[in-house]
Amino acid sequence: MDTLFLARLQFALTSVFHFFFVPLTLGLSIFTAIMETAWVRTGKEKYRQLARFWGHLFLINFAVGVVTGIVMEFQFGMNWSEYARFVGDIFGVPLAIEALLAFFLESTFLGIWVFGWDRLPKALHATAIWLVALGSNLSALWILVANSFMQSPVGYHMAANGSRAEMTDFPALLFNPYVWKQFPHVVAGGLTTGGFLVIAVSAWHLMKGTRDQEAFSTSLKFGSIYAFIGTLLVTLAGHTQMQDLIRHQPMKVAAAEALWESENPASFSLFTVGNEKELRDEFAIRVPGMLSFLAYNSFNGEVKGIKALQQEYVTKYGPGNYIPSVITAYWSFRFMVGAGTLMLLAAAFALYKVIREDYSFSRLSGSLLFWSFLLPYIANSSGWILAEMGRQPWIVFGLLKTEQAVTPSSVVNAGELLLSIAVFAVVYGALTLVDVFLLKKYAAAGLHAAE
Amino acid sequence: MDLQTIWFILVTVLFIGFFVLEGFDFGVGILLPFMGSEDNDRRTVINTIGPFWDGNEVWLITAGGAMFAAFPEWYATLFSGFYPALLLMLVALIARGVAFEFRSKHDNRTWRSFWDWCIFAGSAILALLWGVALSNFIRGVPIDSSMQYAGGFIDLLNPYALSCGLASLFIFTLHGAVFLTLKTTGELHDRAMGLARKLWAPATILSMIFAGYTYVATDLFQRLGVNPGAIPIFSVLALLSVIVMLKKNASGWAFAMTAVAIAFSTITIFLGLYPRVLVSSLNPDWSLTIYNASSSPYTLGIMTTVALVFVPLVLIYQGWSYWIFRQRLARDSKLEY
Ligand code: HDD
Ligand code: HEM
Ligand code: HEM
Repeated sequence: MDTLFLARLQFALTSVFHFFFVPLTLGLSIFTAIMETAWVRTGKEKYRQLARFWGHLFLINFAVGVVTGIVMEFQFGMNWSEYARFVGDIFGVPLAIEALLAFFLESTFLGIWVFGWDRLPKALHATAIWLVALGSNLSALWILVANSFMQSPVGYHMAANGSRAEMTDFPALLFNPYVWKQFPHVVAGGLTTGGFLVIAVSAWHLMKGTRDQEAFSTSLKFGSIYAFIGTLLVTLAGHTQMQDLIRHQPMKVAAAEALWESENPASFSLFTVGNEKELRDEFAIRVPGMLSFLAYNSFNGEVKGIKALQQEYVTKYGPGNYIPSVITAYWSFRFMVGAGTLMLLAAAFALYKVIREDYSFSRLSGSLLFWSFLLPYIANSSGWILAEMGRQPWIVFGLLKTEQAVTPSSVVNAGELLLSIAVFAVVYGALTLVDVFLLKKYAAAGLHAAE
Repeated sequence: MDLQTIWFILVTVLFIGFFVLEGFDFGVGILLPFMGSEDNDRRTVINTIGPFWDGNEVWLITAGGAMFAAFPEWYATLFSGFYPALLLMLVALIARGVAFEFRSKHDNRTWRSFWDWCIFAGSAILALLWGVALSNFIRGVPIDSSMQYAGGFIDLLNPYALSCGLASLFIFTLHGAVFLTLKTTGELHDRAMGLARKLWAPATILSMIFAGYTYVATDLFQRLGVNPGAIPIFSVLALLSVIVMLKKNASGWAFAMTAVAIAFSTITIFLGLYPRVLVSSLNPDWSLTIYNASSSPYTLGIMTTVALVFVPLVLIYQGWSYWIFRQRLARDSKLEY
């Protein structure tokens, strides 16, 4: 079997898995910090209990996020050694800074927070969890600085012998416009992930009538505001991101919309069944002019189609196939946006209940709110699939193709890759079972189990 | 001093941080089964490293990131070449990392002994593998003219590397035992003290064997590189003095001495490498050095500024966290894990 395929499979498996845990870390750390701050401010016992409760769930999730993160860091050298040689000069820098600035902060202060309940003054203890939240979100910033270089390279030149890209302008890397579209989107995605978990668990307790009614009404109140704001932010950030993307990577946009031919004004797809071989629709419902409007705020304006872009890239980069998997890009985009839309509805519903101070849930409304915690997971994963698969065949856009980046098969052969994929599949599968078991147990047990 | 040398030193510093700090929590993990079979004993033992182990592990993550940023060719050749070893290392890191967090979250004998076993096995594998990896840097591995690894897993498992693996396994275990004498009281303390005294002799003998073997099997002591001066001697003296401190019940000093022994052995190995980072056993000219493996001067300059600002900051707040949790734990202490 071909090592390129296997290395990509492993990367997909391990990175989607890592990003299953990361957004909850981003969002729930802040939520826990808010709860503890409320305790410091008001002195009310329920806030302390809530901080401990959500902190416990945070920890169970965090453990898996950390260990899967180490795999990510090693993997660039193990499976993508030619990539590491080509961009290490640039890509390695944010990675190292992430560890130095973010991971140290996060892990040290998390230790202080977990073990420091009786040893530190209240306010200092609350500061520790804020620093954990800061560390997590800083880590997102630096890793996205790295990812944004792959999406839209800036601040570099090619080495004289063409063997690698070298950094020439560090501030340009940090202020890459791409970062500042991606980062708000990802952080807001984290807020929604934390917010919906809080809504789900709180609504479940309220629906079941467990003994912590008062505390869970409070956390539902905070959670629904939090999730609602997060959802608004993530969708707004997503829109601005798409407008930017049309300039940086028009092919990704065309693929996400299954737009085969350039159109002016461009129509917006509601539902398309495409034929990828012949680059045409089998069936499509499109809203005329809408895509132009969304992209340029005007019903006129050309959006380039897949065929035209392919032509353009052949002229620019030489012969080759520059079309990513359209079906993947199209549906991952729809899953993300679809989940985002449902999240707006769900958060609005929770907020409506909270505003009316109605904390009773029927089986139906309670279950719906409970299962809504899955929506951010769907959106986060499909968002990354869109971002990464939609960039293919490039690993660094316009500079290096994915097929050139993989470790030579003389160094790591297909057998070794198969072995490592099997190992990760088994280990990650087991981790999922254990993590879900523990999260369920602690979420259901309520406030007292966390004491 | 050129930027490459500065970064070689910084990577060495990060590895020292990793070995000295994570070294004792490897040791504590390895000793877990030997510190008592009662659940409360085990929880106390794990709680001695509870607030620290994740922060300690970040030294490794930072060292990895620094290699990637400062010496991409080193990172690429090493991580792809040592593939199966790193896979094993990752599994061990995963197993023990989640085990700390999960073991006490469910009250069931089988559950807890399973995670305890993960902590023990994961820590032992890592303590052994790090010795194997580091000694292969200096012994040399098959690297071809285009900086690609041309050997297999078996090339890494030579007797020389295994001797270093055994030495590192015992040194880290000793380091962990001494740490436990420092962090516990009562019966647990006495047990840890007994173990530390017993471990000292094998750890010292294995280290001497490794040092002698290094003299025969590598050019470390013949090479000029940089004159290591008294550093290897200090490392030996520190190790020898540990038993004296232990006999006097001076745990603090004993811990300082195991830390010095680990730090100075690491320095000796890196000095012996300098200016190489990975020796080629096929042709000395194909070795990776800090010059042919490094990033551009611009990148190294940026990274230097970042490191000079943030490494001291990290040391300060990590130091503070050790200060907060300086108290010894007894069997009836309040436990988190
Ligand atoms: C001026 C830019 C702009 C603004 C102010 C908005 N949008 Fe938007 N929206 C876009 C620019 C955009 C876009 C970038 O053009 C998208 C992304 C991909 C696409 O086809 O259109 C899009 C897609 C998009 C989708 C997904 C359609 C799909 O692909 O299935 C939804 C549900 C919305 N928008 C909803 C909204 C709502 C409820 C808004 C009110 C706040 C809103 N948009 C403001
Ligand atoms: C693809 C490259 C990535 C690499 C190499 C990587 C590396 C790592 C490493 C080594 C850790 C463990 C840190 C520790 O021990 O404390 C970690 C955890 C973490 N990573 Fe990643 N990561 C990647 C992708 C991402 C992305 C895309 C994000 C966010 C947008 C992210 C956010 C985090 C966060 C918040 C943590 C803290 C622990 C947790 O996940 O729960 N990482 N990562
Ligand atoms: C509803 C409107 C949304 C729009 C228009 C939108 C837009 C986008 C776009 C265009 C990308 C690809 C960026 C790239 O290729 O670089 C993306 C990626 C992503 N999306 Fe969304 N998104 C939306 C909702 C959501 C929601 C609700 C979540 C999660 C809760 C989410 C999470 C992500 C993530 C994690 C990524 C990958 C990281 C990135 O590239 O920023 N998105 N989104």
